[in-house]
Amino acid sequence: MAIDILMPALSPTMETGTLAKWMVAVGDTVRSGDVIAEIETDKATMEVEAVDEGVLASVMVEAGTEGVAVGTPIARLAEDGETVEDAAAAAAGPTTAAPQAAPSQAAVADTAAVASAPQPQAEPVTPSPAPSPAPSAAASDAASNTSSNTSSNTGRIFASPLARRIAAERGVDLGSLAGSGPHGRILRRDVEAASVSAPAVATRTAAVAAVQGDSRVEPNSQMRKIIAARLQESKATAPHFYLTVDCEIDNLLAARRQMNDRAPEGVKISVNDLIIRAAAMALIKVPKANASWEGDNTRLFTHADIAIAVAVEGGLVTPVIWAAEQKGLAEIAAISRDLATRARDGNLAPEEFSGGSFTISNLGMYGVREFAAVINPPQGAILAVGAGEERPVVHDGQLAVATVMTVTLSADHRVVDGAVGAEWLQAFKGYIEAPVTMLL
Amino acid sequence: MATETSFDLVVVGGGPGGYVAAIRASQLKMKVALVEREHLGGICLNWGCIPTKALLRAAELRHSIDEMKEFGITVSGEVSIDLPAVVRRSRKVAGRLSGGVQHLLKKNKVTVFDDLARLGARRGDLREVKLAGGATLTAKHVILATGARARSLPGIEPDGKTILTYREAMVPETMPKSLVIIGSGAIGSEFASFYLDMGVEVTLIEAMDRILPVEDAEISDFVQKAFVKRGMKVLTGARLSSLKPSAGGVTASFEGGIEPVVAERAIMAVGITGNSESLGLEGTGVKIDRGHIVTDGYGATGEPGVYAIGDVTGPPWLAHKASHEGIICVEKIAGEAGVHAIADGSVPGCTYCRPQVASVGMTEAAAIEAGHKVRVGRFPMLANGKAIALGDDQGLIKTVFDAATGELLGAHMVGPEVTELIQGYAIARTLEATEAELIQTIFPHPTLSEAMHESVLDAYGRAIHF
Repeated sequence: MAIDILMPALSPTMETGTLAKWMVAVGDTVRSGDVIAEIETDKATMEVEAVDEGVLASVMVEAGTEGVAVGTPIARLAEDGETVEDAAAAAAGPTTAAPQAAPSQAAVADTAAVASAPQPQAEPVTPSPAPSPAPSAAASDAASNTSSNTSSNTGRIFASPLARRIAAERGVDLGSLAGSGPHGRILRRDVEAASVSAPAVATRTAAVAAVQGDSRVEPNSQMRKIIAARLQESKATAPHFYLTVDCEIDNLLAARRQMNDRAPEGVKISVNDLIIRAAAMALIKVPKANASWEGDNTRLFTHADIAIAVAVEGGLVTPVIWAAEQKGLAEIAAISRDLATRARDGNLAPEEFSGGSFTISNLGMYGVREFAAVINPPQGAILAVGAGEERPVVHDGQLAVATVMTVTLSADHRVVDGAVGAEWLQAFKGYIEAPVTMLL
Repeated sequence: MATETSFDLVVVGGGPGGYVAAIRASQLKMKVALVEREHLGGICLNWGCIPTKALLRAAELRHSIDEMKEFGITVSGEVSIDLPAVVRRSRKVAGRLSGGVQHLLKKNKVTVFDDLARLGARRGDLREVKLAGGATLTAKHVILATGARARSLPGIEPDGKTILTYREAMVPETMPKSLVIIGSGAIGSEFASFYLDMGVEVTLIEAMDRILPVEDAEISDFVQKAFVKRGMKVLTGARLSSLKPSAGGVTASFEGGIEPVVAERAIMAVGITGNSESLGLEGTGVKIDRGHIVTDGYGATGEPGVYAIGDVTGPPWLAHKASHEGIICVEKIAGEAGVHAIADGSVPGCTYCRPQVASVGMTEAAAIEAGHKVRVGRFPMLANGKAIALGDDQGLIKTVFDAATGELLGAHMVGPEVTELIQGYAIARTLEATEAELIQTIFPHPTLSEAMHESVLDAYGRAIHF
């Protein structure tokens, strides 16, 4: 019996993805664990590994296809004793039998909903949800420079003369397109699909630009679109409120120095690691703040699964330190450094940046004094961390100088009330200002 | 052999849509059955495209005798036409090809049932197909490729003696003295041309304002003039009010002040209608619109596992469209990669009257209506060396380009062998060539195809020979 390979859910909230590239061709033998394709999702280009073994009998979704619903059959494996042709022909029906299935692009959303239902992969693997951008981590200008170069290093671009001419007219970069013609040749329809909304915008922008100044239009990457959609959803649906508190961190800095001075070779604790630890402890101490809104229910997380916002080329990702409250500072330091490095290199596995119960976004290194972050849905809160700086403070009626760090908690009022948020901040501040307590 | 009843695919109808679909499915390792009620090869091969080409070839040869003198050849003695022999040859050609289809199906291990099929019940993933002979087949997928038949007009019943359909028109036992042909599409125009060359007085009737109304207006006009020059009577804008047997044979009367036409026989060629009845479609999700089964671009109907292709799904009623739809449908079922629905304007049309007509894509008027700013090129066969040498220099090649992108929006040809030439433009369109690639292509000399090149050059003000 032929085995259909389904579009995997590479993150719990993934509904559709772009099948970026096939790494195997029809007729290739596939073993469990072999990388068979690359899929572009929310955050990165991910490799898909084969679960079953067999010979690739047919490919149902071409490379470059966008909006492939989770659970859609993308290829078929022939098993032992079965010819590739039999397998290709055999269970052919399901994908195409329903007349509505194929043609309409507009139906993608519906298809996604329908198609994902019966697929076990579509069920969230962890009780916690989304991989998604924390809002305020500094997205660099680099975003605008990336997308056009992505595939131009593959050498010759196969495109029809008409496609080339229309692309040139509309300012569409052929290198960024996947062709739907024979052998992936880019045809007119591919260029038109890529510029379906762009042309009007592009020409209008061009016209305006002539008057108001120079500009150019860059297609949005998958990551940008996801960031846009999720943060808009967050701001539109989660009633944000903001609580700000100043934390004196001289004790924390001193403790850190002591720790690092005595730490074994290779261990270096950062202020951020201490903030992660403090936030984790506070979440356990005030469990009501460790929650997410699910309509009829509120999900209360057992552990402090802390996502850290990491700015990457073209956007940001939020890798998760799972059950951070159970991890010591050295371990948190090692994990967070590893996650951040691999995030920047685009080497995170989907489960590493999916989910989490709470996010920390730290812009202190940019000298930002304080800011308010957009909640990373469906989490209930996010902590925005500013720079630690020397400020005048009053202690017992006396003016003094202290190193102060201002943090702002953005909370979803549907699950976290003001008092709960304040209680959490109080706990956090307590751990930060008396760092010894967080070692307990 | 025909004891097996369980298949991956059952194709109903053995015409150019059905048998091609069956063979393609077999290539894709499906277990396939094909049910044909009459002749393998369908109308196309048995009662359409092929036998008419055999008849038209006879007419062409007959016509060429009249031209011998110009070429310095004297034909002495009486020239006569042995009509039964002409028809016999036409039937023989059809028979040979039908036999060929049978062989191809056998070679591809397609099980053929000579029977009448009807969609049966759905059993889970499977669909039953009931045969009139009593057998019940089951398959995961069923493709309906039942074709179409001649349509008539209200109140007019072709009797096969004086009022004919294409079917009787193809196997005349005698030549009438005069003939009125209702409808000037491809079928009407081909019969008009054939009978005219065979010495019959022909009146061609068209309700629209020009003959071959789907073609570019300039091409229609060209053909009409050529017909009239050869002695045909052409009435356009003539809406038939009645067609009745009368003393002289039949009398065609019209709305408005148009004089009735009396002829010995009449041929009804006003279009065709899908064979969508008696297929057991009632109560299924299959939708029928004016006799044609409604499908998406891949042959899918509203009923899971049931597909339809070719003439039964509506115009253009062309064999090559049916074949291509069959292939697309089967490949989609098999989950093949890179399957695309037929793009608008990519089905070429050919009419084998004299002069021949061929076209692909949009007419100039349609292109303008669609909002294109166009560049139009024209080149007359009069200026083509090969056409002059052949003694067949009447023709026109017209090309329509999008002024902004250089896309070849349409090509329209009339003249010698243009039905063999049109594929050049069809390939250019599939490859999405622009005027630049066509201009850069070297066309061999001396050929009729040079006129294709010149037409493109003309669209850009660069024609050399005119």
